[in-house]
Amino acid sequence: MDFNFIPLAFGEIVSPLTIGYALAALGLAVHFGFTGLLNFGQAGFMAVGGYAFAITTVKFGWPLGWALVATVVGAVLFALLLGIPTLRLRADYLSIVTIAAAEIVRYTVKTPSISQYTGGSDGINGASRDFYAMNPLPDIQYGFGVLTYNNNQLWSILVGWTVVIIAAVLVWQLMRSPWGRVIKGIREDEDAVRSLGKNVTWYKMQSLILGGVLGGLGTVLIIIPTSLQPDNYGTQTTFFLYTIVLLGGATTVLGPIIGSIIFWVVLQLSDGILTLLVNNHLLPLSSVQQGPIRFIIVGIALMLLVIFRPQGIFGKKREAHFSG
Amino acid sequence: MADATKDVTVLQVGEPLPGVPKVDPILVAHGVRRTFGGVNAVDVEHVEIPRNAITALIGPNGAGKTTFFNLLTGFDKPDSGTWSLDGKSLANVPAYKVARRGMVRTFQLTKALSLLSVLENMRLGAGSQGGERFLTSLVTRLWRKREDEITAQAMELLARFKLDTKADDYAASLSGGQRKLLEMARALMSKPELVMLDEPMAGVNPALTQSLLGHILNLKKEGMTVLFVEHDMHMVQTIADWVIVMAEGKIVAEGYPDVVMRDQAVIDAYLGAHHDTDLGSLTGQLEVAKDLGDSFLVGEISDEIRDEKADHTMEATDGK
Repeated sequence: MDFNFIPLAFGEIVSPLTIGYALAALGLAVHFGFTGLLNFGQAGFMAVGGYAFAITTVKFGWPLGWALVATVVGAVLFALLLGIPTLRLRADYLSIVTIAAAEIVRYTVKTPSISQYTGGSDGINGASRDFYAMNPLPDIQYGFGVLTYNNNQLWSILVGWTVVIIAAVLVWQLMRSPWGRVIKGIREDEDAVRSLGKNVTWYKMQSLILGGVLGGLGTVLIIIPTSLQPDNYGTQTTFFLYTIVLLGGATTVLGPIIGSIIFWVVLQLSDGILTLLVNNHLLPLSSVQQGPIRFIIVGIALMLLVIFRPQGIFGKKREAHFSG
Repeated sequence: MADATKDVTVLQVGEPLPGVPKVDPILVAHGVRRTFGGVNAVDVEHVEIPRNAITALIGPNGAGKTTFFNLLTGFDKPDSGTWSLDGKSLANVPAYKVARRGMVRTFQLTKALSLLSVLENMRLGAGSQGGERFLTSLVTRLWRKREDEITAQAMELLARFKLDTKADDYAASLSGGQRKLLEMARALMSKPELVMLDEPMAGVNPALTQSLLGHILNLKKEGMTVLFVEHDMHMVQTIADWVIVMAEGKIVAEGYPDVVMRDQAVIDAYLGAHHDTDLGSLTGQLEVAKDLGDSFLVGEISDEIRDEKADHTMEATDGK
């Protein structure tokens, strides 16, 4: 039997996917955990940021710095577009609009008529050009057992985690400041905060923008060492992010990051175990059936979390989001 | 009414009829109208709220008191009408700007921010904290000093409202009455000119009622103006300097509390069209009022209620 999947699964601790999801989940925690915004379109923010980066880099040949500006601007515009009509309304409307908008983005970028920019269903490769050119690491193999990285992979991991740490410190500072107090007040009761002289709609907009930009930057960290695929930013991505956020604790800063690590390690481990069992005929499943099983597990895990530990790993019981 | 806390100054100009002008009005509303599906929820021709006095807005359920409150504070938009605070128009001003102008309200259903600590609730009430801006908040040094001032002010207020021992607890852990106190204390953090209390006594036990009454009287002593909505006649009698009576969206009577309570329009408003409402709260206060030695008027109204109730019962029996 091949147990190599175990160290490979633990390689997910630092993988680009974990990094990107950690950042996007942190953004979702700002929305959902701290502000109480029901954003069901975080995948849309991820897609908008990712496409803004990939199109400007690959198709227009912009340098890295400007491509990052385009990423941020893209996410900000998307937040304004969704927020202006909905943030004045009750919370439910934002969730309806965001889930739809995220799907609109995904179908739009897949449209063949604009595939010269978006790459259609194939997505975009090669967004790493400037980023790898800046790599100061010597071109050798860096390895830990079965986990080996070339200099470019290691470079993107190091930069990725640096960005995640900076973002975490930023969110932590914001949430302990008077700004964060207003944000958390809005989560509790926005009319009360309004009655105390705070421009609630504008604060909600700022929160939507901040979390959206984090989502967009998350995608950049994923697509630099891999590639941009439109179908990776569907509704299921948003629900992966919710699972991550609830797993770690929606009202915490560390929660979404640790949650992302646990989520991807467990997903890879379960995949490895299932493959092992199916290959050795220990489970009555075909390898085609095996794929969806782990996503069924994700769904069940999300339900169990919300029922039994709504505050997540790092959250305090009393701050649980769903408890009355 | 031999109450030392009462003002003896004249508040109005001329006969105390609905819409009478005041000597020194802080809030003037004119032609404020709000309809819900063809029904006039609020239809106020003209009303002035006297400065540095405690004004009670009373009336039966459904009279439009809370809707009028919502309109004045920007939480709802009227179909028409103008109103101004200190001569500056407040029509079409969003709720948060109304609060910044010095007109702060509380809510009928208490809105304590449950998962913030009591102290954080208080701090949120303060104005001019630069750290509430996104970029400023990133540099602690820029808002720390103001934060210390706010904290000191908050602790002082909490001590006054006997909530200082609860400062670090979640607001969710407070009792209903304590939440009312917290909401009022929080409203005072911005040092408002006009405090609007929507049923401050609802759901508060008798022991806490006394302390709440004291706090409201204190607001006046400190130079603030209070406008409150209340069902409780006893409370109105005890602390109000002026009473405005609403019924079916309109202002039907205005005047000094002891006079208004005898007004036929008021008795009609409470007992005529809505003789099945508010009986509990009126009669329930009878005993308390007697203890305080000013049962005369409340007793009189209660007698009216009893008669009305008796009539009603008889009608009902006859009908069968």
